[in-house]
Amino acid sequence: MTTTLTPPAPAVTPSAPARRRFRLIRHSLALAARSLTKTRRTPEQLLDVTLQPVIFVVIFVYLLGGAVAGSQHAYLQFLLPAIMVQTAMFASTAIGVNLNTDIKKGVFDRFRSLPIARSAPLIGAVVGDVIRFVVAMVVLLGFGTALGFRFGNGLLLGLTACLVVLVFSFCLSWTSVLIGMLVREPGAVQGISFLIMFPLTFGTNMMVPTDTLPGWLQAWVKLNPVTDVMAAARGLMLGGPVAGPVTSTLLWSLGLLAVFAPLAVRAYRRRT
Amino acid sequence: MTYAFQAEGLVKRYGKTIALDGVDLAARPGTVLGVLGPNGAGKTTAVRVLATLLRPDAGRAVVGGYDVVRDADQVRRRIGLTGQYASVDDDLTGTENLLLIGRLMDLRTADARVRAAELLARFDLTEAAGRPARTYSGGMRRRLDLAASLVGRPEVIYLDEPTTGLDPAKRDDVWNMVRALLADGTTVLLTTQYLEEADALADEITVMDHGRVIAHDTPADLKRIVGGQTIAARPADPARLGDTAQILAAVSGHQPESPSRGVLTVPVPDDTAFVEAVRRLAAAGITMTELSLRLPSLDEVFLTLTGHGADDRQEAGV
Repeated sequence: MTTTLTPPAPAVTPSAPARRRFRLIRHSLALAARSLTKTRRTPEQLLDVTLQPVIFVVIFVYLLGGAVAGSQHAYLQFLLPAIMVQTAMFASTAIGVNLNTDIKKGVFDRFRSLPIARSAPLIGAVVGDVIRFVVAMVVLLGFGTALGFRFGNGLLLGLTACLVVLVFSFCLSWTSVLIGMLVREPGAVQGISFLIMFPLTFGTNMMVPTDTLPGWLQAWVKLNPVTDVMAAARGLMLGGPVAGPVTSTLLWSLGLLAVFAPLAVRAYRRRT
Repeated sequence: MTYAFQAEGLVKRYGKTIALDGVDLAARPGTVLGVLGPNGAGKTTAVRVLATLLRPDAGRAVVGGYDVVRDADQVRRRIGLTGQYASVDDDLTGTENLLLIGRLMDLRTADARVRAAELLARFDLTEAAGRPARTYSGGMRRRLDLAASLVGRPEVIYLDEPTTGLDPAKRDDVWNMVRALLADGTTVLLTTQYLEEADALADEITVMDHGRVIAHDTPADLKRIVGGQTIAARPADPARLGDTAQILAAVSGHQPESPSRGVLTVPVPDDTAFVEAVRRLAAAGITMTELSLRLPSLDEVFLTLTGHGADDRQEAGV
């Protein structure tokens, strides 16, 4: 048995597939389509992104609006862009939990045994999850509009704000993917994700103006990239400075993607 | 001699547990290699190395001439994997499951459709093709899983305990599917806990225990080593136990044992002894509630090969 470890000229694959280009993109899209089909078949997975924004709006606007902004209506204008960012960020934690659950089932073993890039199943899952952000935004804007929220800056810039938030959340998803790859149990993934998301989302000027905060918290708020994302959303939706916060948001997005996507793929490859 | 796949000296450790401790496995093209062993013997770990899912800590493995570590992508083009637990997507329909694999195998959409329909028909799933896999029975899921492994027309297919948990009728289905694969010229690695299954399907059998290969032989030679078959007999009337024992002793040349009350077992070299026993029992007018000829169980195989039973284990492997 020791003589033949490297037989010459391997046989031609019987069904040699046509060499086709853009394999990573095609494979990722096929897997994203799988995610979408799964979401369509089990719409209850969207419960968090449909109910959560509504609940947060109700709680914050009616609980705090009078005290913080003097009127619920004025506070809704101030708060809704920030809630959009917060909802998208919370929604981005689900992917780590889902992947962590999925990976234990045999279907990921099947993907691993196929001649596709290791990153394709992860990219597919992240892209497929964009639907969750879109649903969350549509619900939030619909509910907000019913309560009296208006894009003060025109529809086009309002939608641009949504797009900016979407890009940021998409890139932020990769942190959740990484946690999902590193941690053993889905419950732990959820816990760790929220531990990270809470200071990021609430440690901002989301609910109150920065200058009302104690000094140390002001320092954190100014450092926190999510503050810029919320400022970008407010600027685009309501008016105000745009160029600075939007640039900062996009740079942060790029940075998150560049750091966490490769780390997540590496962790996936190492996970057995 | 060329092998469809060959592993040499595979070692895999998980902390202090040694899952594989220098394992050699090989099969010639178009044959079935049966890998026999209890839970924790390292069978699944070895399959996962050959399927490029795990990197070995030492040793190497080659499939179709390609190294599983260095040329993993080439190996993946040539293999199909059916795990112990059906790895199909529950939320997708039978057709969608196969189409997805087809796309990932770079088939053109039209070709993927044809291939999916062909496989669904072959595995008798055409009627269920449009239903989500979660609605399938256990047997249907195994069939869909096997169909999914075949989408890319693999040269080598790994079947990791494909009949574990299936009832005997479904098990026969799987056996027939394996035989059909051979007719296609596919090389099969089949892991199992049943000597009977390995005997029915495999050209050669490798027996594993505690991450090591403890025997490798043809089924016929392995059975010769572990003592061939056993007759088990239970007379309807317990008063005839003595007569039954005499007849069994006469045809086998061994003194029968009584593993449980009212049952006698005796090893026999081949099935002609069984035919003779049936003839003599009938002639003596002894009616039987149970009379069977069976292969040694995994436990008996291990007792012979290692001196300990399959369940008598110090630690569970991975």
